[in-house]
Amino acid sequence: MAPSSSGHRISRRALLRGTAAGAGAVALPTLLTACGGPGNEVKIGSNASDAVPRKAFAEVFDAYEKKSDKKVKVNTVNHEAFQEGINRYLKGTPDDVFMWFAGYRMQFFAEQGQLAEISDLWKGFDGFSDALKAQSTGKDGKQYLVPYYYYPWAVFYRKSVFAQRGYEVPKTFDEFRALAKRMDKDGLDAIAFGDKDGWPAMGTFDYLNMRANGYDFHISLMGGKESWTDPKVRNVFDLWRGLMPYHQKGANGRTWQEAAQSLAQKKSGMAVFGLPHPGQQFSAADRDDLDFFPFPEIDSAYGQDAVEAPIDGFLLAKKSKRQKEGKELMKYLATPAAEEIYLKRDPNNIAVNDKASTSSYNALQKKAVDLVSNAKQISQFMDRDTRPDFASQVMIRAIQQFINKPNDIDSLTKDIESQKKTIFASD
Amino acid sequence: MPLPTARRAKRRGPRRFTSRDLAVIGVLLGIPILLELALIWGPTLASIGLSFTNWDGIGDIHWVGIDNYKTLFTDYPPFWPAVRNNLLWVAFLGLVATPFGLLLAVLLDKGVRFSRFYQSTLYMPVVLSLAIVGFIAQLVFSRDQGALNAILANKNDPVDWLGDPDLNIWMVLLAAAWRHTGYVMILYLAGLKSVDPSLKEAAAIDGASETQTFFRVVLPTLRPVNIIVGVITVIEALRAFDIVYAINHGRNGLELLSVLVTDNIIGEASRIGFGSAIAVVLLTVSLGFIVTYLVQELRGGKKG
Repeated sequence: MAPSSSGHRISRRALLRGTAAGAGAVALPTLLTACGGPGNEVKIGSNASDAVPRKAFAEVFDAYEKKSDKKVKVNTVNHEAFQEGINRYLKGTPDDVFMWFAGYRMQFFAEQGQLAEISDLWKGFDGFSDALKAQSTGKDGKQYLVPYYYYPWAVFYRKSVFAQRGYEVPKTFDEFRALAKRMDKDGLDAIAFGDKDGWPAMGTFDYLNMRANGYDFHISLMGGKESWTDPKVRNVFDLWRGLMPYHQKGANGRTWQEAAQSLAQKKSGMAVFGLPHPGQQFSAADRDDLDFFPFPEIDSAYGQDAVEAPIDGFLLAKKSKRQKEGKELMKYLATPAAEEIYLKRDPNNIAVNDKASTSSYNALQKKAVDLVSNAKQISQFMDRDTRPDFASQVMIRAIQQFINKPNDIDSLTKDIESQKKTIFASD
Repeated sequence: MPLPTARRAKRRGPRRFTSRDLAVIGVLLGIPILLELALIWGPTLASIGLSFTNWDGIGDIHWVGIDNYKTLFTDYPPFWPAVRNNLLWVAFLGLVATPFGLLLAVLLDKGVRFSRFYQSTLYMPVVLSLAIVGFIAQLVFSRDQGALNAILANKNDPVDWLGDPDLNIWMVLLAAAWRHTGYVMILYLAGLKSVDPSLKEAAAIDGASETQTFFRVVLPTLRPVNIIVGVITVIEALRAFDIVYAINHGRNGLELLSVLVTDNIIGEASRIGFGSAIAVVLLTVSLGFIVTYLVQELRGGKKG
């Protein structure tokens, strides 16, 4: 199971949320605060509520307990409920260390003074790239996050389909478009596409924008500093519109799981996904047939420099009374050994530390390591790179509307821009 | 002489409470009043108050006047679709599902064969939560893997029942009505059983046709049931939430006011002020129905 991604609402869970949200949101603060303990203990707030990551994390913390004389107490909360209750969680009595996401979503809470700075720890860290450091740094230039694993996004396809039909991996956008056209003629849906949950299509927008306008513009746009009516943004939607005829139709009624299944069934040729997504919908026998290539180049000035690779990691709560113990634990979590234990159990992600052994990785994971280690910049995904309310309230709707009516770009961007102004002005 | 005495006695009546009686009454009335104030009026007034702020759930509360409402009406695209959809729910449940439930009840009341069987079958969906109905609807209406498209066998150009924003609201209404009809039917069946058969006989003797008997004689005697059904229908329509949330979080054509309230208030960066403003709109709409109902009820009471 995906150790779940950002706002990545995994649909099965999302369905349950409909009924559980109310109750969960109310019960969460009590659940989270209903624990006190002796001094020699570190408490961790975990959102790893799915079976596989939960077990994998348990092993990591066991290993830490054996290594140190500390006890680790884990409070696991349903992934979605954790996200939704995070405000009240941090305001109440949070655990010492808790799981969260890199980038804007971390910075947001750092700015509000809810997080403890760990710049001193970072001085001793080894094996983290500059891109990782940037994603762990708040707007004040101090570090707050210990990154743990990530999962890059790319264009996935089946090797056998490409081999059988003589398709070649496209490097540029023109080649990509030509390939899509050929697949269309061959009776395939060129690009598998499902956006019923609202977030999966964001990955395509992010890549189009980063390839056409560069990483810096993308991050600045996500930060609310650029205008959405800028011709650069309109161009992104325009490029996307050009691809729309090759996307699977009816995306707003299809979950990403169903889209991935159509890829597995060889009904569609390619799909923009994160590493944990397509594999789950492939049968074990077919999994070796799955491969990916980086999103093609649009403007040679930016090449394929940026990679979208959401990072999950650990934060230290400012309110925690065990800052020292918390930092010790985080120091351990930043070691290659700690990541290896986890990834042996959960092969849907890759370690952030270059020094972590990749010997247990499958071919896809190894390729993913290459992809991110060669990346000049790493983005996080739209709902992590911008304000969460902007992503969920404005962008999900806007992209779904775009999928319905790809021709109405002017009024769409105008709409986004005016809502952006209200939301970003609210601070 | 006896008249004033009687009056005095009447007036004296209520004063006969001892102080203990008053204490008991005070406590017994006081507790529910306090609970009502704390649990119903408190949150309601708090929502109204918060709707004039831009509180995010963490920081300080800033007064922003009617900004939230301005934004809501002018710069929040899902708002008007949500209002429209909420009214559509009221209209659809009230004008289609409820009359259909009544029709079924009448047919079953006439004693068709296997009526018990039909009765339980039609009532069955009522035991399901609307969220579950939402899951079932997805199994039926899903574009690629749904049962309906499989039956229609339109593989090349399948209809996107739940993804097409012009279509999905009707599919959801259909699913909601599936449950609502059974609910209404059972209420009317109970009502019909209590209609005095001699009324119908009398009407028949007077030469009324069956339709006339129903609309002029039976339906008016069902007035109490009609009122209950009307209230239930409006409540069901206004509180609708779980089915659309289960299907696609109430987006892309399935917007409802209740969903917008939740979306804005629950989450990482809550817009509690803004969400409250939407809640106030929903409250106003509900009050419209409640007041209309009460006024009718009081007038009807007087006539009776």
